[in-house]
Amino acid sequence: MLIYQKENRLSVAAKVEGFLGEKLLTKEEKTDYFQFSVKAADAKTLIRFLKEDSELGFTYFIDMCGADYLKYPVAMPERFAVITTLISPKLGVRVQVRAFVSDAEPRIATLSDVFEGANWTEREAWDLYGIEFLGHPNLKRVLLPEDYEGYPLRKDYPQRGRGERSSFPVYHAVPGTGPKD
Amino acid sequence: MYSYENEVVEQTENTVHLNVGPSHPAMHGTLRVKMEVRGERVIKAEQEIGYLHTGFEKLGEYRSYNQFITLTDRLNYFSPLNNNIGFAVAVEELLGLVPPRRCQVIRTLLAELSRLADHSLCVGALAMDLGAFTSILWTFVEREKLYDVFEAVTGTRLTTSYTRVGGIAFDLPEGFESRVIAILDSMESTVEKLRGSFYKNRIFLDRTEGTGIITKEDIESFGITGPMARASGVAYDLRKYRPYLIYDELEFKVPTYTEGDSLARYKVRLDEMDESIKIIRQALKLLEPGPINALDQKHALPDKLSTYRDMESMIHHFKMIMPGSEHGLHTPVTDLYSSTEAPNGELGFHIVSDGTSNPWRIRIRGCSMLNYPIFGRLMEGSMLSDLVAILASFNIIAGELDR
Repeated sequence: MLIYQKENRLSVAAKVEGFLGEKLLTKEEKTDYFQFSVKAADAKTLIRFLKEDSELGFTYFIDMCGADYLKYPVAMPERFAVITTLISPKLGVRVQVRAFVSDAEPRIATLSDVFEGANWTEREAWDLYGIEFLGHPNLKRVLLPEDYEGYPLRKDYPQRGRGERSSFPVYHAVPGTGPKD
Repeated sequence: MYSYENEVVEQTENTVHLNVGPSHPAMHGTLRVKMEVRGERVIKAEQEIGYLHTGFEKLGEYRSYNQFITLTDRLNYFSPLNNNIGFAVAVEELLGLVPPRRCQVIRTLLAELSRLADHSLCVGALAMDLGAFTSILWTFVEREKLYDVFEAVTGTRLTTSYTRVGGIAFDLPEGFESRVIAILDSMESTVEKLRGSFYKNRIFLDRTEGTGIITKEDIESFGITGPMARASGVAYDLRKYRPYLIYDELEFKVPTYTEGDSLARYKVRLDEMDESIKIIRQALKLLEPGPINALDQKHALPDKLSTYRDMESMIHHFKMIMPGSEHGLHTPVTDLYSSTEAPNGELGFHIVSDGTSNPWRIRIRGCSMLNYPIFGRLMEGSMLSDLVAILASFNIIAGELDR
């Protein structure tokens, strides 16, 4: 039975701090987990470490989502973030990794070769935020139609104001153009 | 615009491309699978989703926290109460708000009743998809009784919108306990009837035993939770992992199987119904009179009745409901992931708040979204007729999958 072990969370935090050193941007304590913020380039090494380290064993993938901090009241290192939640069946602790992705180059290394569940969640983040996951085997839209234009969960995408569907510009998908539309 | 020509794939020898769904009786909801089959054997399968995409996450950024509760009804529409409760728990964790005791007991009761309704439909539909029509009639009768109770409690059968941040919309109606106890008794006998009919039914066993086996490693790698994980030997249940509401005071087991096939998933759901019945019986005893809404009036709505009767409550109600930066619920500028155990698994809400009355970002971690990807892999190499046996045991709800 997987039960939350409160005391283990501090040793996890200490271990991650030791592993990342200077690369750790912030460490925040939440209700039952620690959230570590890193730059996009360090995210995959950290998550690999969390999964493959013999003492940690964060093998259970829980969730991954994107976020857009454009004009957020608190200054953030970069505009976008990819937030991954994992759980360790061995220690009974959750952990969250927030990787900041820049607006100019919204790219981050894929986790789909580490966790298979990340395949669809990364496609979703690509679909809704336009964050490109480098090395993803099948990066195409998942919720929206393949010929959809724009990334609707970005903060600069209006909730309404494009008029009726019939007045949208007609767009023809070109077969074989891949994820870059 | 969409054109079919883009989808036609190269045809190899002796294989046929077969499309099932999105509108097909076997594909619960609006699921679609594109398959390459050779004879009855599936060579390749790819799921296509998004036919019910509603944009809840975008809409949520333009709604206040209490308004978002109406959208959570439409996530897993077979158990809307679990979604309402999950979201209310998430916002309360964000605010550090503790609802009163009676509210927590009522929420626990309704969450379990809703779990019974969800599971009863799933187990009924699984057997129906395999040709045994009787079971869905049995379980639908039970679900109908539960929906009558939900109607008496919340005013609606499906879109319940029952919780509020820091409380619930209404107190329980008179005669609730006796009605629930009557349902529990008949539910118990229905579960027993289902066990008697299917656990030794040769046809049912042939279709479900050994089909769609998910290993423990795949469960963890894909992030599968809920009954599906427990059918593969991963004993992960958020009611035990980190008890919310009053689950730490209640005695119940987390049924697990190690086979990981469709039959195990069916058995886990039936066993969970027994556990839910046990939980409801215990929680009914803990039901005591008291307030149903938190008294922190900067964060929780006052009772609806007192809004009409006294000045203070009316002012607080006004301050909470009116739009604008000086009104509404004020949250700390932070982000928090909080999750509860919904009938299909971990229902998580990742809320990023910016201090205003609307959330900055709401991520809904729907259980179906993480449970469904493995389906294509399981189909590869199985028989075409296994599709219904595997899919029905997943209990994928399109509302939660596409959001």
